[in-house]
Amino acid sequence: MLKYIGRRLLFMLLSLWVIITATFFLMRMAPGNPFTSEKKLPPEIEANLNAFYGLDQPWYAQYWDYLVGIASWDFGPSFKYKSQTVNDLINSGFPVSLTLGIEALLIAVSFGVLLGVTAALFHNKWPDYGSMVIAVLGISVPSFIMATLLQYIFAMQLKIFPVALWESPMHTVLPALALAASPMAYIARLTRSSMLEVMSNDYIKTAKSKGLSRSAVTVKHAIRNAMLPVVSYLGPLSASVITGSVVIEQIFGIPGLGSHFVTSIQNRDYTVIMGITAFYSIILLVCVFLVDIAYGLIDPRIKLAGEKKGE
Amino acid sequence: MEKLLEVKDLQISFQTYGGDVQAVRGVSFDVFKGETLAIVGESGSGKSVTAQSLMKLIPMPPGKIIGGQILFEGEDIVTKTEKEMEHIRGKEISMIFQDPMTSLNPTMRVGKQIAEVLIKHQNMPKADAKKRAVELLHQVGIPMPETRVKQYPHEFSGGMRQRVMIAIALAANPKLLIADEPTTALDVTIQAQILELMKKLQKQTNTSIIFITHDLGVVANVADRVAVMYAGKIVETGTVDEIFYDPRHPYTWGLLASMPSLESSDHGELAAIPGTPPDLTNPPQGDAFAPRNQYSLAIDFVKEPPIYQISETHFVRSWLLHPNAPKVEPPEIVKKRMRKLPSSFEQAILVKEA
Amino acid sequence: MDTDQLRKEDFELVGVKIEETEKISKPSLSFWKDAMYRFRKNKLAMLGVLLLALLIFMAIFGPYMSGYDYRTNDLTSKNLPPSAEHWFGTDELGRDVFTRTWEGARISIFIGLAAALIDLTIGVLWGGIAGYKGGRLDEVMMRTADVLYGIPYLLVVILLMVVLGQSVGTMILAMTITGWVNMARIVRGQILLLKNQEYVLASRTLGATTPRIMARHLIPNAMGPILVTMTLTIPTAIFTEAFLSFLGLGLNPPLASWGTMASDGLPALRFYPWRLLFPATFICLTIFAFNVIGDGLRDALDPRLRK
Ligand SMILES: Nc1ncnc2c1ncn2[C@@H]1O[C@H](COP(=O)(O)OP(=O)(O)OP(=O)(O)O)[C@@H](O)[C@H]1O
Ligand SMILES: [Mg+2]
Repeated sequence: MLKYIGRRLLFMLLSLWVIITATFFLMRMAPGNPFTSEKKLPPEIEANLNAFYGLDQPWYAQYWDYLVGIASWDFGPSFKYKSQTVNDLINSGFPVSLTLGIEALLIAVSFGVLLGVTAALFHNKWPDYGSMVIAVLGISVPSFIMATLLQYIFAMQLKIFPVALWESPMHTVLPALALAASPMAYIARLTRSSMLEVMSNDYIKTAKSKGLSRSAVTVKHAIRNAMLPVVSYLGPLSASVITGSVVIEQIFGIPGLGSHFVTSIQNRDYTVIMGITAFYSIILLVCVFLVDIAYGLIDPRIKLAGEKKGE
Repeated sequence: MEKLLEVKDLQISFQTYGGDVQAVRGVSFDVFKGETLAIVGESGSGKSVTAQSLMKLIPMPPGKIIGGQILFEGEDIVTKTEKEMEHIRGKEISMIFQDPMTSLNPTMRVGKQIAEVLIKHQNMPKADAKKRAVELLHQVGIPMPETRVKQYPHEFSGGMRQRVMIAIALAANPKLLIADEPTTALDVTIQAQILELMKKLQKQTNTSIIFITHDLGVVANVADRVAVMYAGKIVETGTVDEIFYDPRHPYTWGLLASMPSLESSDHGELAAIPGTPPDLTNPPQGDAFAPRNQYSLAIDFVKEPPIYQISETHFVRSWLLHPNAPKVEPPEIVKKRMRKLPSSFEQAILVKEA
Repeated sequence: MDTDQLRKEDFELVGVKIEETEKISKPSLSFWKDAMYRFRKNKLAMLGVLLLALLIFMAIFGPYMSGYDYRTNDLTSKNLPPSAEHWFGTDELGRDVFTRTWEGARISIFIGLAAALIDLTIGVLWGGIAGYKGGRLDEVMMRTADVLYGIPYLLVVILLMVVLGQSVGTMILAMTITGWVNMARIVRGQILLLKNQEYVLASRTLGATTPRIMARHLIPNAMGPILVTMTLTIPTAIFTEAFLSFLGLGLNPPLASWGTMASDGLPALRFYPWRLLFPATFICLTIFAFNVIGDGLRDALDPRLRK
């Protein structure tokens, strides 16, 4: 198990290093960026600025400083707004995004599993078709279209929920739903196919041959095993929820980290783009890592083998 | 002897894209208390389907019991509901499957998988069931059962897992144990150990066993009676002696001829049955074995053979026993073993028209 | 008919008729025919094919149908609702939404196809070589892929679009730069599965060269999963294009893509809903079509279902 965790950790750090390095060098290549001073500034101001951002240093020193900065949880300054650091943006925006993300995740997982299990238990009957129609729709409608649709119908037309902003729990419902829709659909499909696969296994026949009731077979033997692929999907799922929230926050005017990210992209505020990208990468990779560990805890086979089966 | 199970003209088919697969086409047999009945036949002959239908474990749909009866202690299983079946499965009849690698739940501790049966059928409280699980593991010959109960299936070897399966199957003292090729997936020495274990436990509990296999060598070792199955039908049944020393059906001859035997050192005589079994979506007219049968008669291709009785316990479905049929000699290797059994009738009696 | 009335000839010894057993046994459909058959039976997948055919037809001919050009502004007819004149209405610059929608279809489908083909090429080469050669090379190649696989896809795409500027070309580059990894993993898995099978070993002992074995045996047999993955890459690309447009990283005007049209239509939703409705609907329909086709292919090609 330790070996397994160690390996995962190593790969996580490697991926992280690759993306941070890539970001760093990409940003230096970007047109109109702070590191290639195209702007006509008075030389002394420019020298000042350069000193402030450490641009008077050679690139490898800057790179090293950047890595050290991130390692000590300092994501750098804003190039556009001098008084603001990326850490400020993260501190103000991330709690909001996190709330939204967790809410969406809960919706996606609970309804997704419910739909998937129902579909599998009623394989080729109408609940199956019904669930799968919902799932296919959920996958076909991208989150931002879903968001607009929900906003239009439930906020503008029916006026059940507020149109935008982030003030009360009511404000969180529509964005969370919009964000949850397509992951929910994926989970539903994944759960269904994994349930069907599990149900065709010999050990389910063994469980039935013991005289267990249909519900006991389903709950005690099928669902737990069927959840394994769903659990390993939670990593990519949190990634899609986090990146998805970027657009959703924009549409609903939510002051989360995603909104800051979009603003920084639109302002071409390179240091902020860089900082938030690094932060997002860390969060995502940590999520994937934690999910892998959780998987190892749920699937007893991993402890011995040291590696996921079928990998 | 008392009849425990009586299967009468059982017919089962599966709906598939290619049409209905008639996997079992009118199978009848009995199982008496305390005996072991072996069902042998090639792959695809319908052994597993027959076995699983006895517990109504075939998936329905696509499977369907089209006709016949399965009388267990006089009650018809075919008409029972799922709820009623719960009290039969595991308690009255239980089953061991072919592949011990896949027949245990990989994410549940072995002890719990055994305890489940006890909790369900013997109303044992959890703690007692756990204790009993340890005893059962000990009984099936697993060393250090106290630590083993807390382990997961992947921590057991194939033979060990099959022992666990036996423990599960016998936990609630069922009257009938169906073992569907329980040793096929194991290597030879382990195979022998498992067979010994099953025989030993049968003696202790007086359970009836239906033992499914395609290995006649195993049959000689464990069975009291044998049913030979081909293409969804039973072509010959008899006691072990009758099947080994006085076989009458050419398919049985074929199976015996292709069995490597310890007595004969002459392996050159081993002969496989030519051809492949028929497609059961479209079973051929007449005797399904005819095209592969070196002793087939013209009528085999037209008309289903009737059943003849050779002794109190010996039945054969073949035209070769018809008075007008030519006298044929079984293959050399089979003939060498043949002897006249005292129980045989003077002449075969026609018992059933096809 | 009583058994005793049977004639003597009936009991003539006939013997083995192996031809019969072969004749009787199921006509063996080739794998692909069999798969096609199952695919055609899948109603949802067939609906997807129909939809896709319609979409492609309209992408080809749609832009010429209404007689309007996708880029010509007409400030006298801004934001008109759908009518006989403008079938899908007009946008804030008076451009015909119908023409722009099909123009957008071209771009979206082009981006999707290009991304899928590039992923395919790199993925098959990478995964194929890694899987076939095995050993250290495989180890190194797949660990590299693992590291790239760990990098969040959308973040990479966003970064590259910011840095490289917004054009169809950079968009495709951004999507494929880590997108191929998935394909490579799948191809490698398939190759490992197939490579030790007898017919491959056989042709190797007969002296077939590596590229020949790969082209003749391995790739065709790994085709199923590859096809499915490709089918599912296309909707992802279409989705990503639209997503980028929403972030202001889409294609530059006057180019019409579904993403840019939808994101332009968004602020006007309350008053001119058709400007969002049409592109959004077609994004959904296209993604839907590819998804159900992909599912259908997967079900049809799954050898476990083969009987
Ligand atoms: N779920 C199913 N759907 C369709 N056909 C089935 C199904 N289960 C079994 N069959 C068919 O029924 C026939 C008999 O199968 P069965 O498993 O009983 O054979 P068997 O004698 O047990 O063979 P083996 O020695 O390989 O276990 C086969 O032709 C098989 O294809
Ligand atoms: Mg079987």
